[in-house]
Amino acid sequence: MITALLLFWPALAALLVLLVKGQGAKRVAFIAALVEFAFALFAATSFVVDRTAPQFALSVPWVESAGISFSIGMDGISLLMVLLTTFLVPLIVLSSFKHDYKKPNAFYALILFMQTGLIGVFVAQDAFLFYFFWEVALIPVYFISAIWGGARRVAVTFKFFVYTIFGSFFMLAAFIYLYFQTAGTGVAAHSSDVNAFYQLALDSSTQSWIFWFLFLAFAIKMPVFPFHTWQPDTYTEAPTQATMLLSGIMLKMGIYGVLRWLLPVVPNGASQWLDVVLVLSIIGIIYGSIIAIRQRDLKRLIAYSSIAHVGLISAGIFSLTEQGLQGGVIQMLSHGINVVGLFFIIDIIFSRTKTREILNLGGITQSTPALSICFMILMLGSVALPLTNGFVGEFLLLSGVFQYNYVFGAVAGVTIILGAVYMLRMFQGVMFGTKSPETEVFADLTFNEKAVLIPLVIMVFWIGLFPNTFLDISEPAVFNLLNIIQRR
Amino acid sequence: MQEIVMPANRPEMALLCLLIPLLPFIGFALNGLGNRKLPKGLVGLIGCGTVLASFLISVYLFLDFTSSGSRPYTVDFYNWISVGSLQIGFSFLIDQLTLLMLLMVTGIGFLIHLYSAGYMSHDEGFGKFFSFLNLFMFSMLLLVMGSNYVMMFVGWEGVGLCSYLLIGFWNKNTNYNNAAKKAFIMNRIGDLGFLLGIFLIFITFGSVSYPQVFAEATRVAGVDTPVLIAITMLLFVGAMGKSAQIPLFTWLPDAMAGPTPVSALIHAATMVTAGIYMVVRSNVLFILAPTTLDVIAIIGLVTALVAATIGLAQNDIKKVLAYSTVSQLGFMFLALGVMAFSSSLFHVLTHAFFKALLFLGAGSVIHAMSNEQDIRNMGGLKKALPITFLTFLIGTLAISGIPPFAGFFSKDELLAHVYQHSTIMWAFGLLASFMTAFYMFRLLFLTFFGKFRGTEEQRHHLHESPAVMTIPLIVLAVLSTFGGFLGIPSVFGSNHIIGSYLSPLYNYAKGINATPFEPMHLSHETEYLLMGISVAVAIVAIIIAYVMYVKKETVPVSEDTPLSPVHNLVYNKYYIDEIYNNIIVRPLMWLSTAFYRFVDVVLVDGIVNGVGKFVTFSGRTLRYAQSGAIGFYVMVMVFSIVLILFLNFFIG
Amino acid sequence: MNHIPEVIRTIPLEYYLYFSAALFSIGVIGVLTRRNAIVIFMCVELMLNAVNLLLTAFAAYRSDPNGQVFVFFIMAVAAAEVCVGLAIIVMIYRNLRSTDVQLLNHLKW
Repeated sequence: MITALLLFWPALAALLVLLVKGQGAKRVAFIAALVEFAFALFAATSFVVDRTAPQFALSVPWVESAGISFSIGMDGISLLMVLLTTFLVPLIVLSSFKHDYKKPNAFYALILFMQTGLIGVFVAQDAFLFYFFWEVALIPVYFISAIWGGARRVAVTFKFFVYTIFGSFFMLAAFIYLYFQTAGTGVAAHSSDVNAFYQLALDSSTQSWIFWFLFLAFAIKMPVFPFHTWQPDTYTEAPTQATMLLSGIMLKMGIYGVLRWLLPVVPNGASQWLDVVLVLSIIGIIYGSIIAIRQRDLKRLIAYSSIAHVGLISAGIFSLTEQGLQGGVIQMLSHGINVVGLFFIIDIIFSRTKTREILNLGGITQSTPALSICFMILMLGSVALPLTNGFVGEFLLLSGVFQYNYVFGAVAGVTIILGAVYMLRMFQGVMFGTKSPETEVFADLTFNEKAVLIPLVIMVFWIGLFPNTFLDISEPAVFNLLNIIQRR
Repeated sequence: MQEIVMPANRPEMALLCLLIPLLPFIGFALNGLGNRKLPKGLVGLIGCGTVLASFLISVYLFLDFTSSGSRPYTVDFYNWISVGSLQIGFSFLIDQLTLLMLLMVTGIGFLIHLYSAGYMSHDEGFGKFFSFLNLFMFSMLLLVMGSNYVMMFVGWEGVGLCSYLLIGFWNKNTNYNNAAKKAFIMNRIGDLGFLLGIFLIFITFGSVSYPQVFAEATRVAGVDTPVLIAITMLLFVGAMGKSAQIPLFTWLPDAMAGPTPVSALIHAATMVTAGIYMVVRSNVLFILAPTTLDVIAIIGLVTALVAATIGLAQNDIKKVLAYSTVSQLGFMFLALGVMAFSSSLFHVLTHAFFKALLFLGAGSVIHAMSNEQDIRNMGGLKKALPITFLTFLIGTLAISGIPPFAGFFSKDELLAHVYQHSTIMWAFGLLASFMTAFYMFRLLFLTFFGKFRGTEEQRHHLHESPAVMTIPLIVLAVLSTFGGFLGIPSVFGSNHIIGSYLSPLYNYAKGINATPFEPMHLSHETEYLLMGISVAVAIVAIIIAYVMYVKKETVPVSEDTPLSPVHNLVYNKYYIDEIYNNIIVRPLMWLSTAFYRFVDVVLVDGIVNGVGKFVTFSGRTLRYAQSGAIGFYVMVMVFSIVLILFLNFFIG
Repeated sequence: MNHIPEVIRTIPLEYYLYFSAALFSIGVIGVLTRRNAIVIFMCVELMLNAVNLLLTAFAAYRSDPNGQVFVFFIMAVAAAEVCVGLAIIVMIYRNLRSTDVQLLNHLKW
């Protein structure tokens, strides 16, 4: 039941927020998001760690005659993703407090509505339900970006929308094909349950094309090179809250999709294309990092760095080693935390100086100890310094890739050098040096801003120092996944 | 590596071990969070006090360790990362090597902290400085105490971060920031090698913790197998970055942008010797890979020579010391390459004493000269700074290898090992040592002798540093004078304290190849001869320097005077920075722009947009078929139906 | 008095087929070639009746009343269609002063 509560509470709250007039909506939304986080924490405390089957499961027939059911539940990976989502959404809402968006009730309702979609993706145990939430999550963020975004918002978000929808249809086609291959139970001839998909025995050429259909959808969402071009524009044009939602949570949908709906469903297809996917991912790592080096716009820089980070996650996961998969899971959390923090800091800088150009900034650290510390910590997390969250993830991921292939591992490892190059360059340009006219007067963090950044900073160290808290949760699920993959 | 015993019933030892790195960390947190709020006195007290406490605990641990039979033990705190068979514990290993490093790091660290309290007293970032310095101590202690390679890597990157923060301490200056960035990135190149080495160790030996890895290595691995060469080479790449060896050495001279105590602590005495620590720690693996050892020896020797030649022509007091550090580190790697692990470590120790002394002395000079670093503008400081001069002289004598100062014993022992291995290498080593003596005395003479060449204002301001700065100088001078007696060679009939103390470290390695660990095969005559030669060489160098810079009062020419080609080449550090800039940095920048402007926006996104444009274009073209004339539609419909029926009946 | 189906069966089925095919073709050609909306409309009716004829014939030959029921159905629908269709044509005529369908090409691009 708790899963259903987690799923529907944000949608209900969204309706409630719609009724609130004026800027009070943000407070209602924040409280609703906090309540949701409390639900998630409650779920986490009553979660039994060493069990592989989905917990808090709920299955209601949806289209009974077709074997499609409204089936939800959480295993370790889902739980971590739900925790990440519910942890970040209140912070994202809080981060917008200093902005007075027009039509605030619609803005916040859309954020909450999107949360339902995101949670739905992570808890769905039925292929069509998964597809349903996959699209549900897209619509609100499209509207947020298209209504409250920057100058080029309409063209950019349209491209984003069409691009992701394009991928989704391939996924839908693959799901429909897979659905017709399943054996149903009871009244229905087929079943779209996740386990029915896992039990399919398809020949390798079928698996091969199904793999690409599914991978296309997930690769666009993540995004993996060369399907990434929607991302820098969208991140740059969207309002910061939408950027946070996209980069912090939504791109994890793609990775999660790979873990839940790609690898165990068509393991043979995956194994045929592992090399190709790894090469694409590694190209993404190097390519994204190198482009990030010379970016002048802070948001665009982080967007390209995100491509590099996601490339590493994808490479690690497709190494199909336990280290790679676990590293992928932990890095999803870390990346979510770091990237949301960094985008928020960029938002703070932008709201005070009205510029995101590195060339116009500088010397901020002289008047802002608190901001400098938070920024530094998040940046270090992002460059994977040991004892921060980024290190655990990158260490495991790289070790996974290295086990798969020494050369791939070595090339992917260049990310730790290039990551330092672009991050330090950015940090130096923004924070160090002499003050520019724009940064002449720069106030340190306000209470609200600290309230957003401090939880993030705590999480940076928590994951960095005690990663086992999270690794233990996902371990049985990951182990189970590997079993399913290897069994077939 | 010896057998490890776990401390079963001594929880208080675990606490003490934890406190050693934790105390500086607490200092870091207090000073960091209380930055600009705490009074300077308290900041200094916290900063120095925590390090002193760590030092005292280290001394206690050392005494406890030696009195209870010198049995190494590990202290496990918790499971840090565990994924499948990869188990990384947050745990410390206490053995001879760790304790030696602990004493050195905390001892010298404390002296430098104390010195900083005086040196930085006028700086507005006093609290920030001490918090970073304490963070460095924390990281360095993790590095030497960790009981597995990943823990070492944690400290390894941590010290890199602190180095970055402290080089760029005065972050309003873009040049300093660039130097800091360069140091971090070059270190990261090495770190990647280290990281890959760790992965390979895990894959090969199934663990990353020292005891298991070394036991497994002696059990299964053959000598000089490709995988062992790969592991050791990768680890050595890490050491190259951290210990500034060719080709990753250019960051260290630039790192002198940081405050002088930082140069003394991080870029001379402790952090840069982490590479040597790592190789000594992994001696089992390196003994198993003689090929790598040869590479190390060659790189060490080349670095020692190249850095020494550059040092001959530098005019910045700290740059000279920086190149001498690079050169001395080259000596240490040369020793590692010929499997003289203990000698190398002995040199690490004595080098820490005299190089810290020299840097702090240089700091004292710079302090007195109001931040002037160019030796062309100094001279005759002997009278104004008597304590600094005397201690600096001791440091210079020590580094030049004049008996009975510390450097003599360690360098001599090191060169004797090299001689045993290869006479040619020894000869080149001697050449480097000659140049060292020359440029160090050149520095000394130009700084302290002759006439004062600075401005009137500087002359007026000249003063000896306060006691808080001179006391560390004196302590280090004493250590530099007598530190060498820890390793009196056996020819003098005395016990080599360091050597015998460290020998249990090589228990595993001895099982593979005992030869390098036996006493030297040289006859006493040869040994005396070697010593005589190296002392003679040093004295000749000193005399030449004396003649040139005191008798003739030569002053290096100023910036705009044209130099001879060779001099120019050396003065400009063989243009290595320019070469790196042209073959790595600029192509990377070009690539970044090219990838963004052309590949990403035009090519990849062009294809994506092309699909969109194709759809739009198709729609725009095909819409003309929508003529609006119903008759046309109907006709098309009828013909289509007829066609379908036709196909259905006659084809399908 | 014979039953109607029997009467129908006095003519061979092929004749009905040829006849309704001819009727239908005339209708199609009429729709395709004529420009006057009313004539087109009549041609459509022609096509409908060709189908009706065929349905009746087959119903009689196969003794299946469904076909004849369908004919009634079609006639009812056709009547309704005529109502609406003629009304539209009248409206078009009022607006354009013509019933030429070639003039009605505004619904394009």
